[in-house]
Amino acid sequence: MTVHNAHPPGFAHQFEDMEQQREADSLGMWVFLLTEIMFFGGLFATYIIYRALYLPAFEKGSSLLEVKFGALNTAVLIGSSLTMALAIHSAQVGKRKAQVGFLVATMILGAAFLFIKFNFEWRHDYVEKLVPGFNFAIRGDWGAAGQHVPMFFCFYFFMTGLHALHMIIGIGVLTVLTIMAHRGRFTPEYYAPLEVSGLYWHFVDIVWIFLFPLLYLIGGRYMGAGH
Amino acid sequence: MSEHIVPVSLYIGIFVALLCLTALTTGVAYIDLGAFNTVAALAIAVVKMLLVVLFFMHVKYSGRLIQVFILAGALFLAILITLTLADELTRHWSPTPTGWGTLAPLISRFFKRL
Repeated sequence: MTVHNAHPPGFAHQFEDMEQQREADSLGMWVFLLTEIMFFGGLFATYIIYRALYLPAFEKGSSLLEVKFGALNTAVLIGSSLTMALAIHSAQVGKRKAQVGFLVATMILGAAFLFIKFNFEWRHDYVEKLVPGFNFAIRGDWGAAGQHVPMFFCFYFFMTGLHALHMIIGIGVLTVLTIMAHRGRFTPEYYAPLEVSGLYWHFVDIVWIFLFPLLYLIGGRYMGAGH
Repeated sequence: MSEHIVPVSLYIGIFVALLCLTALTTGVAYIDLGAFNTVAALAIAVVKMLLVVLFFMHVKYSGRLIQVFILAGALFLAILITLTLADELTRHWSPTPTGWGTLAPLISRFFKRL
């Protein structure tokens, strides 16, 4: 037992040392994230193909989205990544109160993202009759491309919806982490739950970093009266 | 411990850089650059991704094993997208097969007999 007491808290016996355990923890999370890359990658590949097939309709659909909300949400999400990184930093230097504070800030920013997404974007889309399957109304002034605009919005809702689902799961994970941090479960030697959850949170941020230009920016922005 | 602790100032710097790149990519989208609009948007997104992966996700300071795994992930994503596009974007290069038209009655007759 004396040997065991010498171990730092959180150390699992199958590992040689904390360094090896830390790498195994991160590697396991990365393997999961690779499956997530392929998961979202399938959607991105399909998006590229349909965008190539129905380019005018996708540009029309993109121009109907509000860039200001997309850009604002990008900033909010980047901010939440910063607070997540700072929460881990606080654990590394052994500041318990700062950990809790940064984790709560991360959750608030994540919730703000979802609020902007659902309240100002999806609800607005519903009012504007842009939700395929519920109330999509093709407008006459869209011209020949109009009949394929619902295709763009199918991608828009599936991709942002899946992303939002990941955010909701992330906020759930953060809730547990905040309680653990409050109870002082993380030390400078052991903070693996924070580290791997941070990897997940940053991954979700990266997905949005690609969704923002693909959905909101490319093609649809500079179209004036000429198109 | 032997793990690398990234200073707070670096995190703040990365955060500011990411915000600037977001403003840049939004601004560039309003200028008509033709096909280069898409290239610029994706290039900026890749730079932002690298900043997040290398610093926020600590991959710059991770072991070789983790770095190789991530590169493998990028490779598989590239295979997924490239091979799918190689099929999808070249289908019209060759004419639609016509031989099936003569076979179809034979096949349906075969199944009717079962």
